[in-house]
Amino acid sequence: MAEKDVRLMKGNEVIAYAAVHCGCDGYFGYPITPQSEVMETLMELRPWESTGMVVLQAESEIASINMVYGGAATGKKIMTSSSSPGVSLMSEGLSYIAACELPCLVVNCQRGGPGLGTIQPSQGDYLQACKGGGHGDYHLIVLAPSSVQEMYDFVGLSFDLAFKHRNPVMLLADGAIGQMMEKVVFSEQQPRLTDEQVAEQQKAWAATGKGQRANSNVVTSLYLNPEQLEMLNNRLQEKYSRIKAEETRYEEFMCDDAEYVLVAFGSSARICSAVVEQAREEGIKLGLLRPITLWPFPAKPLQDMAERGVKGFMSVEMNAGQMVEDVRMAVEGKAAVEHYGRTGGVIFTPDEVLEALKNNLIK
Amino acid sequence: MKETMIIAGFGGQGVLSMGKILAYSAIMQDFEVTWMPSYGPEMRGGTANVTVIVSDKKISSPIANLYDTVIVLNQQSMDKFESKVRPGGVLIYDTNGIINPPTRTDIEIYTIDAAEECARMGQAKMFNTMILGGYLKVKPIVKLENVMAGLKKSLPERAWRFLPQNEAAILHGAEIIKRRQVTTTVFPPPMWLGLVE
Repeated sequence: MAEKDVRLMKGNEVIAYAAVHCGCDGYFGYPITPQSEVMETLMELRPWESTGMVVLQAESEIASINMVYGGAATGKKIMTSSSSPGVSLMSEGLSYIAACELPCLVVNCQRGGPGLGTIQPSQGDYLQACKGGGHGDYHLIVLAPSSVQEMYDFVGLSFDLAFKHRNPVMLLADGAIGQMMEKVVFSEQQPRLTDEQVAEQQKAWAATGKGQRANSNVVTSLYLNPEQLEMLNNRLQEKYSRIKAEETRYEEFMCDDAEYVLVAFGSSARICSAVVEQAREEGIKLGLLRPITLWPFPAKPLQDMAERGVKGFMSVEMNAGQMVEDVRMAVEGKAAVEHYGRTGGVIFTPDEVLEALKNNLIK
Repeated sequence: MKETMIIAGFGGQGVLSMGKILAYSAIMQDFEVTWMPSYGPEMRGGTANVTVIVSDKKISSPIANLYDTVIVLNQQSMDKFESKVRPGGVLIYDTNGIINPPTRTDIEIYTIDAAEECARMGQAKMFNTMILGGYLKVKPIVKLENVMAGLKKSLPERAWRFLPQNEAAILHGAEIIKRRQVTTTVFPPPMWLGLVE
């Protein structure tokens, strides 16, 4: 029997394949459950023998984010991946990278916290990813994949956005999406850019060697003159406004006639789409809004729904209530907003969510 | 067609692999599939389980409320998952090590003595494929040729020499699985209740 070219893979595994396929130049990481398969798969793929991509296990997460910082400063496509406690260690570096306006990709396959927590899935790092983590007024572009296919597709997308806006991008996944296997379709192999192409394309900012240029490019986040630092901040804020206008992404499911709307991202959104199906069978007009970018957050469609007369929203997250703050801000008191969540690595079932909806919102 | 199932037992029994073989088989037949493991501290001797959903449509939630089929390979898993079979669903268990058999009467219950049979044949490693064969006898959701193609896909090349033995185990599993007789509620003799001297 002829074998079909189909692939069944874990979310973490496809991150590694996607990195190689999109022409990534370097991966620097440190193992942590539940994302260890990313580097494990990269080591198996041995891309340094095919595309020339560097894969290096650093001595810690702090070292890996600073390797990303250095690599990204040279205009290359650089990434790392980790899970919650490891990402906390990277937060200082992320602030520096954002200040220097360097493109890079950081994958966070979240696990339950706070502290060392558990290795089971969680979405407890929403606020860290979207509102800071590191110090200062900066933002990451945050993408939330909800299937193995999206884990694959969003790696290339992240690099596109990172270079378009010269901003670090975070792919905010969780242990469930990372460990789950589904069908995946691969894209064509993109060639890595040559050093000459990088020097030409990123000549405005990258530290590629001065060569024939008139001025040196300096990558720094240190500005001792307050006015100069304020100028940087103003430039960053303008950029963030532009990103908000151009890159906000979301998906609606059965929202057109909905009286109630669930808001959920990542693996929670998958569970919530089943909740919508169940509720519709019972005659409840329920819809689902799935933010694909968590920052920028899709506030506008929620605002429109509230103005259109949606009676209530329930933010469903594997945490104690984080994204719900953004939902409340978007809805501006025009409709009821509730939160339902489980913490500690517990995943809710569709039945649990539906019951919470009935108890908290529909009444 | 949608089949939502969980396979639960000890780590080392091949629980996750069995789910993987089934998932690959389903893909060979152009079905959608999700394979969601319990992961982490589970290792040989600990408990392990995997939820596999096979459907001819896009699968929304990889997490289920109840299961169409539950395959139980140790007592801990029986205690945890007997109640998770949907009414009218299927519960399959290996009798080896089960002290408290299932008591539900609203589901179909099957037993398979695969552990004992594998021990008799000296083929301990064929345990999970034998169970899989039993399952496929009850729920023939994928064709045998697709199972074999799926098995080949899920195994590293160095293990392909075991394919014939696994095929034999699948076929044998289908022979030895038994529907448990429906036990009508038997009232204890009156003297036990102290009603008659």
